[in-house]
Amino acid sequence: MTTTVPYQPAAAEPELLSGLETRGVSAWFGAHKVLERVSLTMAAGEVTALIGPSGCGKSTYLRILNRMHEMVRGAALAGEVLLDGADVYEAGRRPAEVRRRIGMVFQRPNPFPAMSIADNVASGLKLAGIKTSRDEREYLVETSLRRAGLWNEVSGRLHTPGGALSGGQQQRLCIARSLAVSPDILLMDEPCSALDPTSTRRVEETIAELRGRLTVVIVTHNMQQAQRVSQSCAFFLATHDTPGRIVEAGPTAQLFTDPADPRTADYVNGRFG
Amino acid sequence: MTSAVLVPHSQPSPDEPRVISAPATPGDRIFRGLLRAAGLSVFVIMGLIALFLLLRGSDALRATGWSFFTEQRWRTETHQFGIAAVLPDGLLIAVIALLVSVPVSLTAAVFVSEYAPVRLRGALVSLVDLMAAIPSIVYGLWGFYFLQPRIVGVIRWMALHLGGFLPFLKVRTGDIGTSYTSSTFIAGVIVSLMIIPIVTSLSREVFSQAPQGEREGAYALGSTRWGMVRTVVLPFGRGGMIGAVMLGFGRAMGETIAVALVISPAFKVTGHVLENGANSISALIALRFSESDGLSLSALMAAGLVLFTLTLLVNVLAGLVISRSRSGANTAD
Repeated sequence: MTTTVPYQPAAAEPELLSGLETRGVSAWFGAHKVLERVSLTMAAGEVTALIGPSGCGKSTYLRILNRMHEMVRGAALAGEVLLDGADVYEAGRRPAEVRRRIGMVFQRPNPFPAMSIADNVASGLKLAGIKTSRDEREYLVETSLRRAGLWNEVSGRLHTPGGALSGGQQQRLCIARSLAVSPDILLMDEPCSALDPTSTRRVEETIAELRGRLTVVIVTHNMQQAQRVSQSCAFFLATHDTPGRIVEAGPTAQLFTDPADPRTADYVNGRFG
Repeated sequence: MTSAVLVPHSQPSPDEPRVISAPATPGDRIFRGLLRAAGLSVFVIMGLIALFLLLRGSDALRATGWSFFTEQRWRTETHQFGIAAVLPDGLLIAVIALLVSVPVSLTAAVFVSEYAPVRLRGALVSLVDLMAAIPSIVYGLWGFYFLQPRIVGVIRWMALHLGGFLPFLKVRTGDIGTSYTSSTFIAGVIVSLMIIPIVTSLSREVFSQAPQGEREGAYALGSTRWGMVRTVVLPFGRGGMIGAVMLGFGRAMGETIAVALVISPAFKVTGHVLENGANSISALIALRFSESDGLSLSALMAAGLVLFTLTLLVNVLAGLVISRSRSGANTAD
């Protein structure tokens, strides 16, 4: 134990960031069509926010991106999701491999409650079958927790159960858990809707720090949040007889100050939804 | 409209907990009384059974004293009887039944709740429940006439090839057909058929309650299905699994008719499970009951008391394990 040198990463990893693009994505639950021909480019290293009223299909769209959609009974989809130019739904491509590269944080924090904090962070490595040495693992646990902004609060109790943390801490633990498998893309499905304002601020700080390191796609109901954290924004809308589609997409600042579509203007100004 | 400002209390109320009354309506009171009576009746019946066994068995217990727990033979005429053979032998049957059924049940439960196609799942669930509803005499008959002749070959092979270095698998009565029949092992295998549905059904129920959020969390990390089962479903269901196995154990210990049908009663603990000759308390009672009176009947009652106490303990323990686990805690309150 006395001779171990703290693990150092091989290099400062100036890796290429991956972007995500969808072409003509439609989705159904049974006979009910919920999304219609959604084409969107989510630029590498940026934060893209998906906004829109409840039931407009933005969460479904997000779950299509990492192949979680197909786990719902009766779910179907059309179109392509391109990660680095390759379709994630390509025949023969394993969902597990896609999901390891495209991580996801859910609306309700879902740490593995009986596992310790450290084990929670490292759980993805084990699940994805990534072999690591003990030092590598410790290094990853610490850096992931630091990047998720949780390290200072839990560094002294890494071996206590993850289920004992507060809701906001659990959510940041889930972010750390997702980051530990070094995904190219991180999807966030209303990550703050179950959190108090302080925890929300912490998660937003985390998202800000992730910018430039990986590509983030976040679904949010909170207009201010979309403005604070995202560089690009897509506005989804569904009416009672038409499936959800993108009304307008573009740089966040433009969408909020000078929207092209009157419906976008109404929504971002809080006139409906 | 005079209360816009803070009004000082004219009569400062005492700063101590008030007595809060919540009078129930007559209907509520009647219903509660009915439920309470029904709930209490369970305890009353249990108490009456224990009392009855204790009173009827006391003659035998007085006649033998503590040797009731150390004597292997069962000779009521000479006051030489005890449960030192039937109890451990019965436990051995139950242990063998668990060794056979637990791996089968748990894998079947994981399959039904996690792997089976959704369309097949419903059919499998009702099939397992149906299996639990088959009377044990049917299992006994099937085991005796169908299963036994067919697994004797396997048992013979085990005795001849494994008996050399695993002494408890040795058969010392020579290599003839009847040496391998009516053994503790066969009784255990048949009892295992009866507890497979219980353990499967209970653990499947627990597995299927594993939270969807955690399942998706595992998948979103790039987990395979088996990885998800291992990190989410099995830890979640652990308490329920242990409880299910213990309930199965309780059932195995109490199983009577199938065991009585298959074994050829022996009153000596040999530990050689493949050898002809086995016993259990419940089989002893079933086989001897009709020819007993007086002291020999009292002796059976005393043996029954021991079995009753033991099964009660195992079941209470199982209940505790289930209710203290995460999966069980959700259903307990």
